[in-house]
Amino acid sequence: MANLKELTHREDRLAGGHRLCAGCGASIAVRQVLLGAGEDPVVVGCATGCLEVSTTIYPYSSWKTPFIHNAFENSSATISGVEAAFKGLKRAGKIPADKTMKFVAFGGDGGTYDIGLQALSGAMERGHDMVYVCYDNGAYMNTGIQRSSATPKGAWATTAEVGAAQQGKIQRRKDLTQIMAAHGIPYVAQASISHWKDLTTKAEKAFAVEGPAFLNVFAPCPRGWRIPSSQSVEIAKLAVQTGFWPLYEVEDGEFRHTVKVHNRKPIEEFLRPQGRFRHLFSPGNEELLAEIQGDVDRAWDRLMARCSQV
Amino acid sequence: MPTHTTLAATGNSVVAEAMRQCKPNVMAAYPITPQTTIVEEFAGFVAKGKTDCEYVTVESEHSAMSACIGASAAGARVMTATSSQGLALMWEELHIASGMRLPIIMANANRALSAPINIHCDHSDIMGARDTGWVTLFAETAQEAYDNTIMATRIAEHPDVMLPVMSCLDGFITTHSIDRVSVMDDESVAGFVGEYEPRNALLDTGTPVTHGAFAGLGGPYFEFKKQQREAIENARAVVSAVGAEYSALSGRPFGAIETWGMDDAEVALVVIGSTAGNARAVARHLRADGMKVGVVKVRVWRPFPYAELAAALKGMKAVAVLDRAESFGAEGGPLYLEVRSALYDLEMRVPVVGYIYGLGGSDVKLELMERVFSDLADIAAGTAAPAGLVYLGAREEA
Repeated sequence: MANLKELTHREDRLAGGHRLCAGCGASIAVRQVLLGAGEDPVVVGCATGCLEVSTTIYPYSSWKTPFIHNAFENSSATISGVEAAFKGLKRAGKIPADKTMKFVAFGGDGGTYDIGLQALSGAMERGHDMVYVCYDNGAYMNTGIQRSSATPKGAWATTAEVGAAQQGKIQRRKDLTQIMAAHGIPYVAQASISHWKDLTTKAEKAFAVEGPAFLNVFAPCPRGWRIPSSQSVEIAKLAVQTGFWPLYEVEDGEFRHTVKVHNRKPIEEFLRPQGRFRHLFSPGNEELLAEIQGDVDRAWDRLMARCSQV
Repeated sequence: MPTHTTLAATGNSVVAEAMRQCKPNVMAAYPITPQTTIVEEFAGFVAKGKTDCEYVTVESEHSAMSACIGASAAGARVMTATSSQGLALMWEELHIASGMRLPIIMANANRALSAPINIHCDHSDIMGARDTGWVTLFAETAQEAYDNTIMATRIAEHPDVMLPVMSCLDGFITTHSIDRVSVMDDESVAGFVGEYEPRNALLDTGTPVTHGAFAGLGGPYFEFKKQQREAIENARAVVSAVGAEYSALSGRPFGAIETWGMDDAEVALVVIGSTAGNARAVARHLRADGMKVGVVKVRVWRPFPYAELAAALKGMKAVAVLDRAESFGAEGGPLYLEVRSALYDLEMRVPVVGYIYGLGGSDVKLELMERVFSDLADIAAGTAAPAGLVYLGAREEA
């Protein structure tokens, strides 16, 4: 498992100097995940979005590893093609039979939960030896903070406005990690940039399994969440401590809670520091806040019931 | 010299056979009528160990082309097949495949687009993809579909081109009818297409490359598109050279257009795909009656053979262009517009009349071809002016 000293010696495959915002969770997620890939060469695929736009402004590229961006909804299908080429070219004798490589696709929550869900489901079902990583910042940030199916209930977004008739997003968020677990693939995990050891260990496991693996990584967006750039990791930590974003893994169908939370904090502690939830603390929204707490509690209880070690 | 074997086979069957013979490393495909038997037959080759291709059974056509793009960028020789709604679903990816300069080979079983839903032949699907930057070949027969698939591989991978190539055959008429086809032995085909030597492959991990970079405002997007145009213009000479080389091997002539009776023709009919056979059959009878009629078949749709058509149609007293696709709101179908454009620079004006025919598999009867030639004769004799767009054979009340 990952050891901090050892990780510092591993090559960083995403170079500095990219144009992502200060405090962006996506680049932290990418660097930590790629540290888990070990020594093998890695081909990275990326959906259209902040990560792709900010790291590949022609003629520059931040990627010190082979990289492909195709479109928004298809990074999983694209990487499945790269992985298929690796197999096909090996069989044709054009790549040595003993060569090993890793394949990883990244996408934001818009490119994963929404527009890319079909392609992701297909790639996972087909059993490609690849890792899919969703960096979940809970909205379409690249186009300017529009709601996605990963946006939490009550959050403000530019297409889930706050006004007399509506208090931000009306619907609950989709539980994508559970959907991926239901695919019965070898490895599924939920992780956060705030818990580097847990995240890198999960990335190592995801890369190590033969066949498809899925990681859902909590990756705050200071711009979209209306938080200071310095607070990304703190907020991510609060998401874990309040039970909003439990850290767990599903290995061959077995659920395991990987970072225990003994005294779960009230959800308000996660919501209050973020500008996107400010309206929830206005008089009249007490019921909505209670509803959000109730949703977190129920999801938590269901998950803990499924985890073999509670 | 190659060994030629004559088969009784469908167009789809020989397309699958040609694909196997071209030794793709990856095929990613999704079933759709009337393309399905191509992917079924190919799946059979995989199961029987007749190919070492990695076959990716994707969950949609969008993912089919997405996976083809990934595999091609990785350095593999890549093939797929689709039709109609499938091609439409791929539309976004068609542009990306050509923009990324990936030599993917795709067969398209030409079929009508919804709505209303219809599974039969017309060219709406491919004409909707005409500006996607793919080199596009059309087959009249199963034989041409076989030949085009093999030539497509060489054209796509040529260093001066590096563009995807689509090989089109008419749904059901060519895909499903059993035809006489001469196929070559595996070794000769493999020798003709050669090995694919990819440049900037993702799997060449020693020199990592970034594919699909962002070329935004002020970036080189405009210049990339200019290079794409240069590449498809380069394809003219490459198509011609590959065609000549293939002709020598197969014994079958190949040109961007194919002419029949044009040496002394006074009027001509321009057509694409399987209907060329109907047109020639009627023209043959009319010639026996002393009418000087000719038929021009377009085999290469992109890059469009403007110069060849102008040379072939120069001096005609009247020309009919048959379109099996609509371009709603335009003066006529896509082929009509191109032919008119090809003739614009001729010193003497050639009267051109446009016909829309056979949409959704509507029957292309010989009487319809007779009517077109009869219209041409009237225009040539000065007894009639070219009519506006004609919906050939459409019933007054559906």
